[in-house]
Amino acid sequence: MAMIAVWVKGEGQGVAPALREAAEKVESSADELVVDLAAVRRIDVEGLRAMEGLVSVAEEKRVKVVLRGVNVEIYKVLKLTKLAPRFSFESGDSGRERS
Amino acid sequence: MSEAVAVQTSNPPITKDLAPERIAYLDGLVQQARAASAIFTQYTQEDVDRIVKAIVLAGLEQAQHLARLAVEETKLGVMEDKVIKNMVATEFAYDYVKDKRTVGVIREYPERNLVEMAEPIGVILSLLPITNPTSTVLFKCIMAIKTRNAVVFSPHPRAWRCSSEAVRIMHETAIEHGAPAGVFTCLEAPTLQDNAYLMRHKDVRLVDATGGPGAVKAAYSSGKPALGVGPGNTPVYLEKTADLNASVVDIIISKTFDNGTICASEQTVAIDDEIYDSALKKFTELGAHVCNEEETKLLEKTVIDPKTGMMQPLAVGQRAIDIAGFIGLRVPANTKLLIAPIRGVGREHPLSVEKLFPVLAVYRAKSTEEALKVCVDVNHAGGLGHTAVIFSRNDEIIQRFGEAMNAGRIIVNSPGAIGALGAVYNDLVPTFSFGCGTGGGNSTTDNVNVFHYLNIKRVARRTQAHMWFRVPDEIYFNMNAVENLRQFESESTIIVSNPALERMGHVETVRRFIPEQSHTHVLFIPDAEPELKVVMEGVEALNFYKADQIIALGGGSVIDAAKIMKLKYESPQADLEELAAPFLDLRKRVVQYPTEKVHRARLIAISTTSGTGSEVTPFAVLTDKARGRKVTLADYSLSPDVAIVDPQFVMSMPKKLTADTGIDCLTHGLEAGVSNYASAYTDANAMQAIRLAFKYLPIAYERPGDEEARSMMHNAACIAALAFSNASVGVNHALAHAFGARFGVSHGRANALMLPHVIAYNAAVPAKFMPSPYQQGYMAHKKYATVADLLGLGGRGIEEKVGRLIAAIEELLDRLEMPRSIGELGIGREEFAEAVPELVATAFDDPSWRSNPRMPLISELSELFWKAYEGRGARELAGAAQVRTA
Repeated sequence: MAMIAVWVKGEGQGVAPALREAAEKVESSADELVVDLAAVRRIDVEGLRAMEGLVSVAEEKRVKVVLRGVNVEIYKVLKLTKLAPRFSFESGDSGRERS
Repeated sequence: MSEAVAVQTSNPPITKDLAPERIAYLDGLVQQARAASAIFTQYTQEDVDRIVKAIVLAGLEQAQHLARLAVEETKLGVMEDKVIKNMVATEFAYDYVKDKRTVGVIREYPERNLVEMAEPIGVILSLLPITNPTSTVLFKCIMAIKTRNAVVFSPHPRAWRCSSEAVRIMHETAIEHGAPAGVFTCLEAPTLQDNAYLMRHKDVRLVDATGGPGAVKAAYSSGKPALGVGPGNTPVYLEKTADLNASVVDIIISKTFDNGTICASEQTVAIDDEIYDSALKKFTELGAHVCNEEETKLLEKTVIDPKTGMMQPLAVGQRAIDIAGFIGLRVPANTKLLIAPIRGVGREHPLSVEKLFPVLAVYRAKSTEEALKVCVDVNHAGGLGHTAVIFSRNDEIIQRFGEAMNAGRIIVNSPGAIGALGAVYNDLVPTFSFGCGTGGGNSTTDNVNVFHYLNIKRVARRTQAHMWFRVPDEIYFNMNAVENLRQFESESTIIVSNPALERMGHVETVRRFIPEQSHTHVLFIPDAEPELKVVMEGVEALNFYKADQIIALGGGSVIDAAKIMKLKYESPQADLEELAAPFLDLRKRVVQYPTEKVHRARLIAISTTSGTGSEVTPFAVLTDKARGRKVTLADYSLSPDVAIVDPQFVMSMPKKLTADTGIDCLTHGLEAGVSNYASAYTDANAMQAIRLAFKYLPIAYERPGDEEARSMMHNAACIAALAFSNASVGVNHALAHAFGARFGVSHGRANALMLPHVIAYNAAVPAKFMPSPYQQGYMAHKKYATVADLLGLGGRGIEEKVGRLIAAIEELLDRLEMPRSIGELGIGREEFAEAVPELVATAFDDPSWRSNPRMPLISELSELFWKAYEGRGARELAGAAQVRTA
């Protein structure tokens, strides 16, 4: 199984460029793209848009996007914007909590 | 998927009226706001407070610019007043919200173990009025930022330029200070169809409509939660005790403020006859023109639409001199206000409606009653729930006015419009949205502010339930304890007892120890459950002898009778039937026992059986034969003041009575032990009573003359009663009460028939748990195991210990030669089967089981009755049940 891993750190304005970069890495040959957000405390509107962009690209290429280590505050943002169902989630340290 | 369907089904008539591009535009605005509101949920209190301060300062900075724009565009109102409005909307709102917590924990109630937390709403659709097109924006933006919500603004079409400029200023400033982009958006070229679509949009969470009746009604009809704040019709009572000069000035300030566009402003003033002329003179002196009859008629025709009976929109916010000009009336250029005398309220009196311009109707009232009635009429002519004003120094009339008006704001001795806005003339919450309650079709009468823009979550931590351990003040026990009667001073003592005890010499024994100076009389009552008639005769005797001491000598029946006699003697107004009303929790019961005592007599209970423990309990049972009913009274005020537990009175108890009452005592201990109301205090008593009963009951039964056994059983009964007086009993008693009454079987014997089966039942995993704030988890099986340990029954693990306890109880019952099944009593199977439905219904009605750890289902009560009918086998059942017990 081919997997691309992206580690995002920082917050606010730092998140969006990293996510956009990740979107560029999405290739059809990969099965999934794992984005590690464990170091991200908050996202802003731009980051949210970048996340939506990333998942749209991935969906087109049939690549699953797994968000790892998302805190509950960001998870709630994704629920409120109805983006959550488009991602898979994995806890930061152990196995998968939902798919 | 489901959301898409919901949109299609709920919106077809609206989407049909809108072009696809327009729908995409509107959806885009909402999506932008949704993203912003979602991002906003991550912000802290400090974040939002920083942004709030910044937008408040920007609003103050731009107050004049926005006011000028508003007047230029809408052609209504007064520029200077609009500046003030913008400043009030920012500065006063800020003063109110600045220290309020609106993020995370917002309020704490440590004494209630309760914390309130804030949850933002999300996307709010805000409809703006033409009358306050910029101040409303400033105010709502402050509320929205403070509460982490996003707002889509829909301005009035004739105020779009100024409103959208206010939104732009607020948005840019907010973003600059860290708010999420898109937190405020403003519709371009808004239409009614746009509003209708947005109001039903799936991502719009709240509609906040400030405007005309149409907008408000549409908001409330949208199916979305709404704050619809609309028209009013403010009645004013200018009462004869008012400070006339100050009142007239206040009315002018308010009614002319921004040319009368604030919907809380004064509309019709009822003036007491005594001050009417001087009031109008004062108005004239201060720049008002009082219209004559002809001018008033012209005014009616011009500023009120004859078809709708409502004000003409073109007059809204216009100057008094311009309105005078409409009717060809020449008034001095500095005329502030036109005053139109009217003779009534309603369609025949067109000027009695809301007029958002400087025309004020006045009414000469011949009396206070007439003035109040006119104000009620105005209030009901379009002003329900909104605002009412009174000028008076008479507190009683102010109170009556408040009572008569249905208005969210009743403003006293201050200008209505500015008074209602709050924080200027009074301590009302500052607002630009007046909740009008149900009278105005609104959900609140509040001045709308930040807390209406929040979902408030209550984090309710478990509170530790208050418990109690209440027992009589004094308990004397052991042989010859009766001698303690000597210490109780009395002038008049009544001994309540029965003839059998007299024959046994017990009454005489008691008399011997009553101090000589006390006049003592004996009242004999039948040895049966007390009847109302007997109790009332007893009360007569107590009154006749003016008793200051009552000594109840007997079993449960005599002591119960004495308790009720004392209750009626001390509180003649006590309604026994009402006091017997059912209750679930003693502390929350509806009926309260009387606390006033007429005589303060002492009740001393001397028990002559070792079972009920009535000498210390707060319970009494009474039979009302005339009405064929039985009432159970329960209250700590019924508890005797003194209990004497002297075994000399039980030495001659017959064997059968010894066994029956002894098992009653044991059942009290076991039921109190597993009760949901059990505490460490009651456990101490329950466990000791069980231990004593196990040890001494068989001895007392087999060797009736054994003084130690008799004494210990007598103590055990009292100690068990101390436990169940506070922890209550359980399902065993509910079953025994029903069965005993139906088949005439003694209470103790009926308890014995049920006991092993009830223990097995309670020890198993309940089909239904009883809600119990007093216990942590399910405890019954563990408590029974503790009892088994206490009795030294051995066994490993809870299951085996419970089984051994049941076996030990069965052995005890055998030793006491108790019937071991209902069948053994000679009750036929068919007869019993016929009785079971009624037995079950009666048992289910019995309050005893309310404290049982397991909530009995009707079917379970039926099964328990049948198990008692068949008898034995409880131990095996318990074994099976325990397999399922955690």
